[in-house]
Amino acid sequence: MPDAEWLFDGTLGILLLVLAGAALHARSLYAAVVMFIALGLMLALTWARLGAPDLALAEAAIGAGVTGALLFSTLYKAGMDRHKRATPNRIALLLPGLAFLLLLTAAWPLPEMHSPLPDQVMAHLKDSGVSHPVTAVLLNFRAWDTLLEVSVVLIALLGVRQLYPSHGEVPTPWPLMLAWGRLLAPLTVIVGGYLLWRGTDAPGGAFQAGTVLAAGGVALRLIGVLPPLGWHQWPVRLLVLAGVLVFVAVAALTAWLGQGWLHYPTGSSKVLILLIELMATASIATTLTLLVVGEKRELRP
Amino acid sequence: MSTTLFYLAIGIGLWLMGLHGLLATRQSIILVLAINIMSSGTFMVMVALATHSDPVDPVLQALVVTGLVVAVSATALALRLAASRRRRTEDDAT
Repeated sequence: MPDAEWLFDGTLGILLLVLAGAALHARSLYAAVVMFIALGLMLALTWARLGAPDLALAEAAIGAGVTGALLFSTLYKAGMDRHKRATPNRIALLLPGLAFLLLLTAAWPLPEMHSPLPDQVMAHLKDSGVSHPVTAVLLNFRAWDTLLEVSVVLIALLGVRQLYPSHGEVPTPWPLMLAWGRLLAPLTVIVGGYLLWRGTDAPGGAFQAGTVLAAGGVALRLIGVLPPLGWHQWPVRLLVLAGVLVFVAVAALTAWLGQGWLHYPTGSSKVLILLIELMATASIATTLTLLVVGEKRELRP
Repeated sequence: MSTTLFYLAIGIGLWLMGLHGLLATRQSIILVLAINIMSSGTFMVMVALATHSDPVDPVLQALVVTGLVVAVSATALALRLAASRRRRTEDDAT
């Protein structure tokens, strides 16, 4: 009789693999996207099971939420609903088995190794200005990564703008959406603000908060409360650029006046981290909203 | 077999499933899904390793948070590329 933990792990593992397979082999694209969103939610559950609540929050909001909205809006705009089914053959089943064994033998000894990093992070945690280790790593010890990540989000938006502009018009909302949208949007502000503020000493932070806010923005745009947003509006442009600009400004100031690139002066780290997180949240929320609901048609191909 | 090893195996399985999807189909949206499934598998290996160490390795977890955001940006760009390629071929046909 297996104990409850193994039952849970086993069910979760099988569900993950089956959902991944179903997403790849569904007959219609619509069903594939639905399976993929379900897979995202199961992944969020897995991260929570593996003791990574930050990731569970991020996956539920980003992986399942925003990616699902992006996929659906692409389906709606491009109207693709054809799916050629692949014909499986025997070698195609044998090779993955071999590859699986090979990768498993490679990964087998990995848990035996011990990295000195967690102990170092714990030793310096009190100098970082925040008390949650993941936030400390993201915005202090490895702030470079986060700066580049915020830039990647910006570059993705700029790249999307270079391609064919999306329609900008949104489908007519159905009555339930109209009624709930107005109620949900203020809630996303509360939840987003809470996630941002708690991020300093508990799971949460700029990315999770920004995504939740973006969800509110998308809902408001879909029910027609927000006007079409676009790069040509200066407040939108300012919000999108704010995260990178403030981050680079802090980095440059610490490099010129302080001890080095992104080396915060002791005492003011908490203020700087909160400032960067606030601006990054605003940027991420605006950028993701733009990516999902698209812009008003301003360029004609 | 410990929990860590079990999730390592599931992560590798997801990665291979994504690779299989990448090779087996030419439908662009499914390709984007396959790449996302591959990245989820990678993340699962990293998170399983992070959980194994004591205290939980915050560096690996922070890297995965970064990875998630980069993955969604890449997905947005890839989906727009897919949609615009399709529209361009339609424009050429008319």
